[in-house]
Amino acid sequence: MTIENKQPSTNQERTINQEHLAVYEVFIRSNRGLDHKHVGSLHAESPEHALMYARDCYMRRSEGVSVWVVKSTDITASQEDDIANFVDPMDDKPYRHATHYVLPENVTNM
Amino acid sequence: MKDNQQNLIRFLIGLGDDSVALSHRLSEWCSNGPYLEEDIALSNIALDYIGRARMFYQYAVKLEGNKRTEDDIAYLRNEREYTNLLIHELPINDFAFTMVRQYFLDVYYCEYLKLLCDSSDDQVSAIANKAVKESRYHLKRSQPWITQLAEGTSESKERMQLALDELENFVGELFLMEDWEKTLAESGVAVDRKSLEANWNKEVQAFLEKSEMSFPDSKLQIRGGRNGIHTEHLGHLLSEMQYLQRSMPGLEW
Repeated sequence: MTIENKQPSTNQERTINQEHLAVYEVFIRSNRGLDHKHVGSLHAESPEHALMYARDCYMRRSEGVSVWVVKSTDITASQEDDIANFVDPMDDKPYRHATHYVLPENVTNM
Repeated sequence: MKDNQQNLIRFLIGLGDDSVALSHRLSEWCSNGPYLEEDIALSNIALDYIGRARMFYQYAVKLEGNKRTEDDIAYLRNEREYTNLLIHELPINDFAFTMVRQYFLDVYYCEYLKLLCDSSDDQVSAIANKAVKESRYHLKRSQPWITQLAEGTSESKERMQLALDELENFVGELFLMEDWEKTLAESGVAVDRKSLEANWNKEVQAFLEKSEMSFPDSKLQIRGGRNGIHTEHLGHLLSEMQYLQRSMPGLEW
C-alpha cells in the first residue's frame, strides 16, 4: 500500500487560497410562526455548502426549524455615515406613532 | 440459539468497530480542516459515528450480560481483536481521499442501513433507523464535494483520481459476507451485504460519470477486517486512540 498520512503539520503547508470562498449571512427561524432572525455568518464554496455549514455551525442544538443563507454581497444595507439623514427626520413627527393619540374612553379593547 | 446470540454480539461489535475507526480518522481533521466551517462539519460527522458505535457496543455489552463496558471494547482491545472492515481504518491522507472514502461509505450506509431498519431484532432496527438519517445527511454533504473536486482544478482532479486508485481494492470487502453473518442474515437479523454491490456500483458510476470520472470494478479484494487481519495502519490508530486508557487504566474524566 502506498497511502501515507499526509496530514499537514505546519501552518505554512495549511495555508490555502480562500479567495473562492464567499461570505454568507445565516438566518434561522426558531419556531413555526416566528420570523427568521440573523444569527451570524460563514464562509462557503456555494449556496448548497453554505446551507449545510449553517446546519453544522448554527443548528446543532435544535435552534431552529428553518434556515436561510444569503450571500452577504447580495444584501443592500444602509450606511453608517448616512444614518442621521436616514433616520432622524422621523423622530420629530410624533403623530406617526399610535401612542400619540388618546383613546376615547368608550374604547376598552384595542 | 446460543450460537445466534454469539453471532449477534460479533455482528454488533463489527459494526461498532467500523464506526469507531472511521470516527477517529475523521476526528483527525479537527483543527486541521481546510477552513473553519468544513472543520466543524467534518468533526460533526465524526461525532455521529461515535454515537453510532456507542449504540452498537452498548447493545453488545447488554447481550454479554454486562461483563465489560463499552469503553472496555473501544479502549482495551488490540488490533487483532478489532473487526472493522478495512476501508474505515485507512489514513485520512489528503482532503480528496477523505471525501471520496466518505462518499463511498455514505452511498453504502444509506442502502445498508435502510435494509437494516427491517431487521427482525428490534434494537438493531432502532439503531439503524437513527443512523440512516445521519448517513442521508452525510451523503448530501459528500456528493457536492465529489463534483467540486472532479470539476475543480487540475490538482483537485488529480488528487481525486489518486484517491479513487487507492480505494479500488478496499471497496470489495464491503460486500463480502462471513459465514456467521450469512446465518444471521438468513434469520432476518442482519443484511446480505453482497446484495448491495450491484446497486452501489451503478449509483457511484453514474454519479462519477456526470463529472467525467470513473471507478473501475476491482479484481483484487483485500479482506480480513472482520477476522482481525488489518492493514499496517490500524495499530497506529489504536495506539493514539487508546494511549490514555492504556497508560492510566480506569481513568475517567
